[in-house]
Amino acid sequence: MKWLTTFFGSSIGKKLLMSLTGLFLILFLLIHLIGNLQLLKNDGGMSFNIYAKLMTTNPLIKFISYGNYFFILLHAFIGISLALYNRTAKGQKYAVAANNNTTWASKNMALLGTLILAFIFIHMGDFWLKMKLDQLPMVTYPGIEGEIKDLYFSVNETFKQPLFVGLYVIGMIILAFHLQHGFQSAFQTLGINHKKYTPIIKTIGLAYAILVPLGFAIIPIWHFLMK
Amino acid sequence: MNLNSKIPAGPLADKWTKYKSTMPIVAPNNKRKLEIIVVGTGLAGAAAASSLGELGYAVKCFTFHDSPRRAHSIAAQGGINAAKNYANDGDSIYRLFYDTIKGGDYRAREANVHRLAECSVEIIDQCVAQGVPFAREYGGLLENRSFGGVQVSRTFYARGQTGQQLLIGAYQSLSRQIALGTVQMYNRHEMLDLVKVDGKARGIIARNLLTGELERHAAHAVVLATGGYGNVFYLSTNAMMCNVTAAWKSVKKGALMANPCFTQIHPTCIPVSGEYQSKLTLMSESLRNDGRVWVPKKKEDAQAIQQGKLKGVQIKEEDRDYFLERRYPAFGNLVPRDVASRAAKVECDKGHGVSPTGLAVFLDFSASMVRYGKIEANKKGLTDLTDTQIVALGEEAVSAKYGNLFEMYEKITGENPYKEPMKIYPAVHYTMGGVWVDYNLETNIPGLFALGECNFSDHGANRLGASALMQGLADGYFVIPYTIGTFLANEISTPKVKNDSPEFMAAEKATKDLIDKLLNIKGNHSVESFHRRLGKIMWEYCGMARNAEGLTKGRQMIRALRDEFYKDVYVPGNNDEYNPELEKALRVADFMELGELMMMDAFNRNESCGGHFREESVSEDGEAQRKDSEFAYVAAWEWDHTEPVLHKEPLVFENVELKTRSYK
Amino acid sequence: MSEDIKLNIKVWRQKNNKSAGGFETYPVNANEHMSFLEMLDVLNEDLVNQKKEPVAFEHDCREGICGTCSLVINGQPHGPNAGTTTCQLHMRHFKNGETIVVEPYRAKAFPVLKDLVVDRSAFDRIIQAGGYISVNAGQAPDGNAIPIGKNKAGKSFESAACIGCGACVAACPNGSAMLFTSAKVTHLGLLPQGEVEAERRTEAMVAQMDKEGFGMCSNIGACEAECPKEIKLDNIAFMNRSYFKAVFGGELE
Repeated sequence: MKWLTTFFGSSIGKKLLMSLTGLFLILFLLIHLIGNLQLLKNDGGMSFNIYAKLMTTNPLIKFISYGNYFFILLHAFIGISLALYNRTAKGQKYAVAANNNTTWASKNMALLGTLILAFIFIHMGDFWLKMKLDQLPMVTYPGIEGEIKDLYFSVNETFKQPLFVGLYVIGMIILAFHLQHGFQSAFQTLGINHKKYTPIIKTIGLAYAILVPLGFAIIPIWHFLMK
Repeated sequence: MNLNSKIPAGPLADKWTKYKSTMPIVAPNNKRKLEIIVVGTGLAGAAAASSLGELGYAVKCFTFHDSPRRAHSIAAQGGINAAKNYANDGDSIYRLFYDTIKGGDYRAREANVHRLAECSVEIIDQCVAQGVPFAREYGGLLENRSFGGVQVSRTFYARGQTGQQLLIGAYQSLSRQIALGTVQMYNRHEMLDLVKVDGKARGIIARNLLTGELERHAAHAVVLATGGYGNVFYLSTNAMMCNVTAAWKSVKKGALMANPCFTQIHPTCIPVSGEYQSKLTLMSESLRNDGRVWVPKKKEDAQAIQQGKLKGVQIKEEDRDYFLERRYPAFGNLVPRDVASRAAKVECDKGHGVSPTGLAVFLDFSASMVRYGKIEANKKGLTDLTDTQIVALGEEAVSAKYGNLFEMYEKITGENPYKEPMKIYPAVHYTMGGVWVDYNLETNIPGLFALGECNFSDHGANRLGASALMQGLADGYFVIPYTIGTFLANEISTPKVKNDSPEFMAAEKATKDLIDKLLNIKGNHSVESFHRRLGKIMWEYCGMARNAEGLTKGRQMIRALRDEFYKDVYVPGNNDEYNPELEKALRVADFMELGELMMMDAFNRNESCGGHFREESVSEDGEAQRKDSEFAYVAAWEWDHTEPVLHKEPLVFENVELKTRSYK
Repeated sequence: MSEDIKLNIKVWRQKNNKSAGGFETYPVNANEHMSFLEMLDVLNEDLVNQKKEPVAFEHDCREGICGTCSLVINGQPHGPNAGTTTCQLHMRHFKNGETIVVEPYRAKAFPVLKDLVVDRSAFDRIIQAGGYISVNAGQAPDGNAIPIGKNKAGKSFESAACIGCGACVAACPNGSAMLFTSAKVTHLGLLPQGEVEAERRTEAMVAQMDKEGFGMCSNIGACEAECPKEIKLDNIAFMNRSYFKAVFGGELE
């Protein structure tokens, strides 16, 4: 098994981990968004609360979500350690900043990532923790057995506050920049760079980086305006 | 002194094969015990060091660069010749041999040149196996192009960067041996003296260029692959650090310097633009495949161009003088380098030059663009195109062939060569002369070998295009691995050479003294200024055209300059640090002695041959006139501060008939 | 003449690799036809004439091919022009009166030796680790024995065009040598002759690259933007593929 530890200790091995965890998280974002879009339904939160119950009780989904937490932490841990290593590998910085064809995001992935991690903690404190600690009111829906937690209520309460709406919108802008580089970078790391296909990947990546965070950002704004 | 060239007996075509299979060789167990120093990591040096390492010798390799990959072989653009006859155009080993002898104006040894032609074939195979990405046809086979002085297509190339690709190949082989431990690499080390023990070359004194420390390195044999001395002219196409020091120090230890006046002036260089220049840029000879060289027929047009009132494109076709095509209809723009250079000088001397200084001629691609444009149009089945559209297609085709050269020209001059004809002028490029060696590439000092441009052996008085790479690699990969055995086979019982013998200590002290001397002059003029002045004297009196009066005057001027140098040079800094000015001072000091010897050699050779043109020796129609009865010899000089001594090695031609070179 | 330009050169001076360095500013009277290095020659000749120590910088062929020259000019390795080495950069691209900041390459694996000179020997060691085809002189079959497609040979050439100048490392905010290493892996890996030992080569070269202390690639692309020979990022993708293949597809040794 030494070959495997050697691999994950190598620069390319670490890059591969960043790429694979990143791609998983990209996929997760999409699924998360699809679920969250239930919040835009005008049914007093019924679909959303049923969806939330499913997400927290189904054993398979629970298993995946623990994997998800692990990947977030792994992605963050390797990313930050790489950034710290790279800082020493670069040593002294130039007196004049270069002006070349590189994106700002690509050079600030660790900063963006750290901010996203902080956002995730706040976000989970807002909703996930409340759900876990049974601090939510209960609701019943016709045709649904028993009481379920009214997470929708909590979301609605939170997004009445402009501070939180602002925070979430900024969080999504940061995410957009992170995705702008991260999406196509993940493919490059996998070795997928081709004159025919890379432009397509880059276009999809850019669209993804804009549309997914936009989709997330609409929710707090919508709730704030509809209160 | 008896100059024994040690050419094996037998028919020309069999000499090398027979010699290889009968010469003394060293058994593998003994090879490990024998140490060889290789100085230089260009094509010849890197190839030699890696091949000797592959054979199992203990090799120490030196370069003054920060990496072996920087050697100036890297800058060769056009290609490498080989008698593969892949083009099916009648090429053969004999034809390559003959072209090279003829191109060198019958001043090279038959046997050496024939061996070179034989090895050429193996070189291509070797390089392909190393991963050199030569140009290929759609069918996947190797592509060829033609070069000056020959009528077949035998030049293999990798765009305009053939030298780079070949050197990287040799560098990779060398790197492999370094990793295997057979070669110990010393980067940033400059050889400053040769050490002889009991008359044999046994080591070198090298200066660590980072610390200034002098190191004594001992070995059983020393191989010089230190390139040419074109920088004696200050302005040349050589890299800034190219120098003669390693070779010259060997000459001062008794090696002979052969034909030092044979320098090649390359016709297609970017003209000088100002006094601040220290280096000229070559445009590959391959450009003459498709470019046409011309000047305005009328002097007034030329003057108008010089003053910036007219542009080349504005001169009408009938007012252009395509002087190479006019004078040499058979070879046209593809005459050998010496002939093309002199023809350009003649036109400029007559006042037809086309740059502000009057020292430039046009190299024009407009006709080729039309020609290629029509071919492309045919290929694409396009009819009824306008002239502009055809030229645009042609531009694309020309760009595919020479794009990087055109780009380089535009970067340097700021002019677009697709729209304006290029301006070119001859510049010093290569030195055919060098350390005298026998057939084994061994100098007259036993155990001292010289390879590549560093020696004098294969190109006579003029080198053909794409032959320098061929010689460097032939010497390194396929000659020295065999011939060094002729010396080392007798050394198997010689124990490891010690580096603390009196000879080593004395050489180290002499070097230290010279460095201290230079640092302590503390005069008023920079090393650069002396080098520039030396270059001007050399170009003026020992350049494209030479005569007895000028050469005598030049020699006196150099001696005077040398005296001034040792009184008035200013070398900043100290010895014990990274000090490029000190490095330069040591090199310029040697150029000043070599320069004098070149003047003497040029004076002695009262004939015109190849790159050496004596104004006293011309035919009725103004062409160079060789004097075979008087000068069919190698002039090998023994250096002496007061009066160098000339030794002659007669050149015997058994296979080719000496003819007046005609490219008409 | 209007072609003359006056400049201020703010240049990094550092005695050796043990001492600290700092910027010094010198006025230079240049000419727009000069190359950047010729401009520095003029500065150095001035300094020598004033009996001051000239600025140490490395250079050799001045034709853009040897890879010796370096310099970070106004924040960009080899200066502002794409696909151009410092020796081929001409002063017509600068303005009269401009202050130009000249720094050495910065990377832990490229320590400064003096002024603008850095030690790039790490590159040699990466090549020594495996950047070759294991063939001895005299062993080769005929050059035309194995046909290689024109485009493939062309692509290999484009990677082989690397001059080992180190601009990629200098440009990379992470100080990574992935572009350099991958150019060699790609040059040899694309050719049938080099494919034979591709896996071993890639593993060994990557291991050496990591050992030298270069930073980790994060696909920023500054290397590609600054490479004077326009080596592309797809070389890095090629090396990644080759590495995955070597690690996951190869036998245990």
